[in-house]
Amino acid sequence: MRIVILGCGRVGSTLAAILTGEGHHVSVIDRDQGAFDKAVQRLGPGFTRETVRGIGIDEDTLRQAGIEEADAFVSVTNGDNTNIVAAQIAVHRFKVPRVIARVYDPIRAQAYQEAGIHTVCSTTLGAGLFHDLLLGRPLRNVQDYLDTIAPQIMHRQEV
Amino acid sequence: MYVIVVGAGKVGYHLTRTLVAEGHEVTLIEKDPGRAAELAADFGETIVVGDGCEVRVMQDVGMSRAEAVVAVTGHDEDNLVVCQMAQRQFKVPRQIARVNNPKNEAIFHDLGVTETVSSTRIIYSLIEQEVESGESLLLTALKRGKIEIVTVNVTPSSPGARRMVKDIHLAGECVLAAIIRDDHILLPSGTTRLEPGDTVIAVSRPQDQHVLREALLGAGAQLGRGGSADT
Repeated sequence: MRIVILGCGRVGSTLAAILTGEGHHVSVIDRDQGAFDKAVQRLGPGFTRETVRGIGIDEDTLRQAGIEEADAFVSVTNGDNTNIVAAQIAVHRFKVPRVIARVYDPIRAQAYQEAGIHTVCSTTLGAGLFHDLLLGRPLRNVQDYLDTIAPQIMHRQEV
Repeated sequence: MYVIVVGAGKVGYHLTRTLVAEGHEVTLIEKDPGRAAELAADFGETIVVGDGCEVRVMQDVGMSRAEAVVAVTGHDEDNLVVCQMAQRQFKVPRQIARVNNPKNEAIFHDLGVTETVSSTRIIYSLIEQEVESGESLLLTALKRGKIEIVTVNVTPSSPGARRMVKDIHLAGECVLAAIIRDDHILLPSGTTRLEPGDTVIAVSRPQDQHVLREALLGAGAQLGRGGSADT
């Protein structure tokens, strides 16, 4: 598979390394060369096939990273809005078959999920996991956390 | 009118002052507490500290009763998300976004935010007008991008040159609104003849631009978009 990853932080670089190890063709975009350097230090130079330095919501950067031929696009920068907008560009402009965005804000994650963008809210996953570990409860599956934790938080918003 | 402005940079600041002076009710949302504190003297309760993309903040400022939200931060992705969230979650009737990178304007329109202002593109258009390098130029879009006003420069080799307006085949709703000839403004009638050197101001829909192009400039000519790469 040809995969474009936007954001070469911890998650982006680790994901790239795993996918590259499985034989996929991975390109990683980041606006900061330093991010690539750190990834190489952590994971070795082969963590990805290609790196592209640029702004993730710029179409030319996305094209340079091969989005036109991509089977999948994942946006995992530390900015929710960048991830959301880049994912929308991938879906609507480039018709990438599989697009996922990491969104920290549970409300925006749900809002955009409802609007047709597949989002993963690491906030609710993380909070749920820690909660269960803390209270000695058996761990649930991922969808369970996303389904039950988010409404608990959002209900508080309406107070 | 109740208007919510997101982003208290120079644009947000001056926009808020202008709106308030005209008697509108405004809330200005600014993420940076330092910046908000600076402006508190000028704005008092009009300015609120918070992230304009967060639903909680939008609720607190009464987004659901706003008639318009204007996103003028320095980040296009933030401006786009503010407008989309205001539209979807709060049904705000109008969303206006500043687009810093002119290349992003088309994406905003594709993603449902059609009222956009790109100062780069506007200034570029002005420069292009001075230089007169293009055969035509987009001046502005009205009605959320559904109507465009363009200028077309008629050259000696244009198919439209020396033809009467009534003989120029323009399908759809395409109007030649004015002709500028040697600094004079002419209201074209059917028998007005276009001359090389004329600048025609035309009003049409974006999808009819190719008709206008072929009729006045010939097949293969491109109507300028003031610098943004667009087909």
